[in-house]
Amino acid sequence: MSETTDVSAQNKVKLVFAWAFVGIPLIWGVSQTLANAMQLFQ
Amino acid sequence: MTDSAGTQSAGGWFSRDNIIAKPGFSRWLVPPAALCVHLCIGQVYAFSVFNLPMTKLIGITESAPGDWKLTELGWIFSIAIVFLGISAAFTGTWLDRQGPRKAMFIAALCFGGGFLISALGVYVHQLWLIYLGYGVLGGCGLGIGYISPVKTLMTWFPDRPGMATGMAIMGFGGGAMIASPLSVWLMAQFSTPTHIGVAETFLTLGLIYLCFMMVGGTIVRVPPKGWEPEGYVPSTKPKKLVTDADVHVDTALKTPQFYLLWAILCLNVTAGIGVLGQASAMSQEMFPGKISVAAAAGFVGLLSLFNMLGRFFWASTSDYIGRRTTYMIFFLLGMALYAAVPWTGEVGSVALFVALYAVIISMYGGGFATIPAYLKDIFGIRYVGAIHGRLLTAWSAAGVFGPVLVNYIRQYQIDHGVAKADAYTITMYIMAGLLFLGFLCNLVMHSVHEKHHEKPEEARA
Repeated sequence: MSETTDVSAQNKVKLVFAWAFVGIPLIWGVSQTLANAMQLFQ
Repeated sequence: MTDSAGTQSAGGWFSRDNIIAKPGFSRWLVPPAALCVHLCIGQVYAFSVFNLPMTKLIGITESAPGDWKLTELGWIFSIAIVFLGISAAFTGTWLDRQGPRKAMFIAALCFGGGFLISALGVYVHQLWLIYLGYGVLGGCGLGIGYISPVKTLMTWFPDRPGMATGMAIMGFGGGAMIASPLSVWLMAQFSTPTHIGVAETFLTLGLIYLCFMMVGGTIVRVPPKGWEPEGYVPSTKPKKLVTDADVHVDTALKTPQFYLLWAILCLNVTAGIGVLGQASAMSQEMFPGKISVAAAAGFVGLLSLFNMLGRFFWASTSDYIGRRTTYMIFFLLGMALYAAVPWTGEVGSVALFVALYAVIISMYGGGFATIPAYLKDIFGIRYVGAIHGRLLTAWSAAGVFGPVLVNYIRQYQIDHGVAKADAYTITMYIMAGLLFLGFLCNLVMHSVHEKHHEKPEEARA
């Protein structure tokens, strides 16, 4: 058995939502961290 | 309940049978499911943001009689880490059988519920409720949540197991980066001149984490039996430390390989956790006048970023260069870098100090993320979840050894007249020594003897 390459449009939408669901908070956290870290080089 | 074929499933919505992926399912939906859990439980690294506010719940502006002390509050984190190891060790086998959805939901209930009980503990000002809530129940949520998606990810990504687990365990490193500013913001929203909003923040976080982790449990799927990614051709060339056979979890515990891996993880984590906990104080004392308190906080934040990135980078790299080679780099490069840190203080280079520390912490995170794939290589995939659970007791042990070693060695030196700026020199050399022991353990690692491999008839049972 092998992975189906014909990933439907519905699956693509699911993928975008799933990655956005975890990615947006993570990017927000990273941006906050980097903003604080800038003080190290000021 | 219906299964993927549209027929009745005996185990209900939570059962493994009910989450077998249908044709067309993309395996790339599984890493975000795992991240839903790991981004939440990674909050544990940011728990210290509550410590200071919780010492002033009665006095508000400063500690008053009856307020909790920092030493008492420090136990909350320690209890949680101990119960992380205990729950992972004792529930690993059972969770393996139940499947990732049930495991993720149990983790969500424990971790979210731990926050809710702790909110009650703050509200009625009973510290034991927080020990019980966040420490015991939340700690169980940490352990169960940590191991729940690991085997599933490696089954979906047999071509790149290191990368797959690295993605999830990266979330554990990144969780603190979300939790820390979020907690500070929530406390600011709920606080008034006569009240510190810790209870309300716990309540809100508990509900957010409960929902977020349940989303992960809802979207996770396991592949059908015999599934392989398209175009994947398992290597037929035998590799010295990679087995196709399976070793039962109880048998694995009787092999020297398990204890070598336990020591490898423990030593790598002890060295990393020891200096991570002291990073802020160390940076200020090694560079007096150059690194302020605010800059040191930024430095700690930067380290958490490298901790997270290292988990993904090193685990993914291990798919190409092998697990043993990856750990060899951790130990050999680590020894050189730990030994070089005092020299950066002597030459007064903050940039070099930060750069060395960043690489050290990336390898600390990488050690966590690469170990599941190392276990799979040595013991096979069938019982890897349960074996990984047992191995995480090394983390609990390191959580005690690391800070104790660094704190006591530093204090001993200061008590004997060593300047604060130089007090970390011996510590760093001792940490390099620990890494040398880890290097030796990794050097003698060899494959498990065939007599320990599961027989075909046992495998079918």
